[in-house]
Amino acid sequence: MSNVAVSFSAPLRPRLGRDDFFQGGCLIGFSALVCAAIFLPLYAMLAKSFEDSDGNFLGFANYIEYFNTPSLVTSAQHTIIIGVLTTIIVVVLAFIYSYALTRSCMPFKGLFRGIAVIPILAPSLLPAISLVYLFGNQGMIKEVLLGHTIYGPIGIVIALAFWIFPHTVLILTTALSSADARLYEAAVALRTSKTRTFFTVTLPGAKYGVMSACFVAFTYAITDFGAPKVIGGWYNMLSVDIYKQVVGQWNFQMGAVVSVVLLFPVVISFVADRLVQRRQVAQISARSVPLEPKPNRRFDLVMLLYCVVISIILIGILGVAAYASFIKFWPYNLSLTFDNYQFDLMDGGGWKAYRNSIVMAIWTAGLGTLIIFTGAYFIEKSQRFNKFRSILQFIAVVPLAVPGMVLGLAYIFFFNPTKFTVPFTSIELANPFSFLYATMGILVICTIVHYYTVPHLTALTALKQMDREFEAVSASLKVPFYKTFARVTFPVCLPAIFDIAIYLFVNAMTTVSAVVFLWGPQTHLASVAVLNMDDQGDIAPAAAMAMMIVYTSAAVRIAYVFLTRGFQRKTQAWRRREVTTKSIAPSSVTQKTTTA
Amino acid sequence: MKLQLLSRWGCRLLLGAMAALLAVLGVTSAAADTKLTVYTALEAEELEPLRKAFRAEHPDIDINWVRDSTGIITAKMLAEIDAGNPQADVFLGTSATSLLVVDAKGMLLPYAPKGLDKLDSKFRDARNPPHWVGVDAYAAVVCYNTIESGKSNLPKPSSWQDLLDPVYKGHLVMPNPNSSGTGFLTVSSWIQIMGEDAAWAFMDAIHENMARYTHSGSKPCRLAAAGEHAIGISFVFRGAKLIKKGAPLELVLPKEGIGWEVEASGILKTSKKIEAAKTLIDWHISPAAMKVFNDYLPIIAIPELATPVAHFPENTLEMMIDNDFGWAADNRKRILGEWQKRYDAKSEPKG
Repeated sequence: MSNVAVSFSAPLRPRLGRDDFFQGGCLIGFSALVCAAIFLPLYAMLAKSFEDSDGNFLGFANYIEYFNTPSLVTSAQHTIIIGVLTTIIVVVLAFIYSYALTRSCMPFKGLFRGIAVIPILAPSLLPAISLVYLFGNQGMIKEVLLGHTIYGPIGIVIALAFWIFPHTVLILTTALSSADARLYEAAVALRTSKTRTFFTVTLPGAKYGVMSACFVAFTYAITDFGAPKVIGGWYNMLSVDIYKQVVGQWNFQMGAVVSVVLLFPVVISFVADRLVQRRQVAQISARSVPLEPKPNRRFDLVMLLYCVVISIILIGILGVAAYASFIKFWPYNLSLTFDNYQFDLMDGGGWKAYRNSIVMAIWTAGLGTLIIFTGAYFIEKSQRFNKFRSILQFIAVVPLAVPGMVLGLAYIFFFNPTKFTVPFTSIELANPFSFLYATMGILVICTIVHYYTVPHLTALTALKQMDREFEAVSASLKVPFYKTFARVTFPVCLPAIFDIAIYLFVNAMTTVSAVVFLWGPQTHLASVAVLNMDDQGDIAPAAAMAMMIVYTSAAVRIAYVFLTRGFQRKTQAWRRREVTTKSIAPSSVTQKTTTA
Repeated sequence: MKLQLLSRWGCRLLLGAMAALLAVLGVTSAAADTKLTVYTALEAEELEPLRKAFRAEHPDIDINWVRDSTGIITAKMLAEIDAGNPQADVFLGTSATSLLVVDAKGMLLPYAPKGLDKLDSKFRDARNPPHWVGVDAYAAVVCYNTIESGKSNLPKPSSWQDLLDPVYKGHLVMPNPNSSGTGFLTVSSWIQIMGEDAAWAFMDAIHENMARYTHSGSKPCRLAAAGEHAIGISFVFRGAKLIKKGAPLELVLPKEGIGWEVEASGILKTSKKIEAAKTLIDWHISPAAMKVFNDYLPIIAIPELATPVAHFPENTLEMMIDNDFGWAADNRKRILGEWQKRYDAKSEPKG
């Protein structure tokens, strides 16, 4: 207090209280964790890309070698081509689908919403496997391709479009569902044609949503590994190159170089998205009138037909994998059998891999929700340390720009060695984290970090709904902040917390890219087993294991809906008057990835 | 408050359910006394029968398999050795060439297992005590799909040279030698049969017919069996297995001779469980273990015990070339590098 008396012009700084110290401590601890989990591994990777296999510094030699290897450079081109193509196709398809969901009066909207998220439940390997059964050289309907091969860009783009579709639909439905009816009324009053209205009112209104959808689709398409691995044929892509360099040849340095190359377009897309979203202004003001679609028979019918076709394709692709998993010997013996589910007789770790995946998903969901929610809580609700908090806020968004494979590889470099050399010296330190190598722990940590951003933004949005005065009032009543947290914040945010847990669970079950380098002798995972079985040519068992993942994520999702339905209605009754579009869990989630 | 109560119960329920699930899943991995980490390239279906047979005699030791294609598991082993953090206790059932590469790093423990004298001399390291011992041999084969070949009018090849015929263009698959042991032994046998220059010219030509190179040695035969591609270069064991399952395959042993490898084993010097590792190595050349290996392969290290295996071509043993493992191990890195430069770097083949 004394310094306040000394200088009158100094701003009045209330003394830091016990809560502030605690919160400050938590923020510091939290940022230390973040550094160890993101930045040090990435640094280790970057360093590796400048070294030879014995750890000597080489400068840019690896990069020069990379750019002088024609096949590797073509993969960079391929990656961009696939990214752009997939983005265009998937965003157009998803836009029409979302338009139907939000702007038509067709029946069964809830059902179509549900169907659109199905691909989220599957690893990206699954659509690729289905495509082999559909369009491979012995495919059910290979004639459709008119002699073109499915192994290559065609297959990759279709598989990716299937897998990315739900993410874009979720963003676009949110973008399209909020519109100001007055603009449309004005258009009608001015006798503007329907087409012109679409281009002058609808599209500009959904502009930011469409851009977000493009960035998300592009990023997912260029970083995915499962689809090009299974169905890419000769068509090399960067993600598969990383895998080939690391797993096929154990050339970690080149793997690191390719990772850095892949990091470029992703970071550019990420930054572009941030810049665009920053310019977004509120579309809906207090005077806006929510747009209610009016029935129009012909239009509604067309939209319904479109959604039916898309839904048939989505369900069809999943159905093919389900069917293929029961076939005795494709294509010569089509009798049905459970043999393909005898995972213990095949590569990939057997049923243990499946059990491991569930354990991993539970830990990821439990621990991840705890860390992410508390992290978001301290960032949002601490009363001080504004600069520090905004830095942390930025850091929490970084994982979105790091492809899973790159993160996984960075983790190997960081967690595997038993010793570290301090840069530019010959001092060697024992690596305190090396005990994590090849354990369940490293898989859980990597998965949480990889999927950190989206749940973090969900948590923030949920926390922002609550006025900061809760904290202020509690503080003035000398209620410690943790009591407020437990009694008010936590219960109010419960729906968001469940959303986060489910999101993490499902992603932990399906992820391949982040964990493909990290599993060890004891920790085979189901998703990686799908990959390994496909590598061995055991395609039907691969389909079977992929379906086990789908069944599990679907079961958890459905159980969640039933468990929480009645319960949500009660705890969230106070929201009733709000207009919400919340019907499928991550919709709120995905939207926020791009708008926050 | 009712609301709060509900939410509290909700959480407790969820936490309880999570804890219960974790407990159930955790219990299934009950601890065995000594757990050996064994790196192997044996086929996945052999692993569980082997482990069971071993556990029947040695219930106090358990095996934790880490299986991958030969090239991959070797690369993994080498990388861990280089990082000073080798994870394996035993390197079992991997090509003799790979064992020699690891041995060149001074990582194998010389050990004469019980019953060593019964082994055919081809199936052991010549040094005394040997650094590695082998249990069986596997050989390359051409898997030929009769139905698809009929449809596309592809004649049945009888030699490696036959495969250069342009009719096979786009119908051929073979494993990438960098990742697959079968791929490597095939390439190494071509060089040993034809001589270095002729062999690379041959590979340049066969590359033009190749639909793709696969990661594993099994996959080409599986692709042939499923009719995805008519002809796959693979190994006999996989072909015989697939025929048994009903695949329309014929197994062709090209007349120039076929590459083959011993499936060999050794103990890592760095193992902290040397005694258990020795027990495993002793057991795996015992008659009981030979019986298990013989269920899959007809050519085993104790020839008197060998019984024929269904669908194996009878002349497999005669067709096997005189393989020089020492030469293969010494030249492995160079051959793989050259192969990768020529064929892996070439992106899409024209046509």
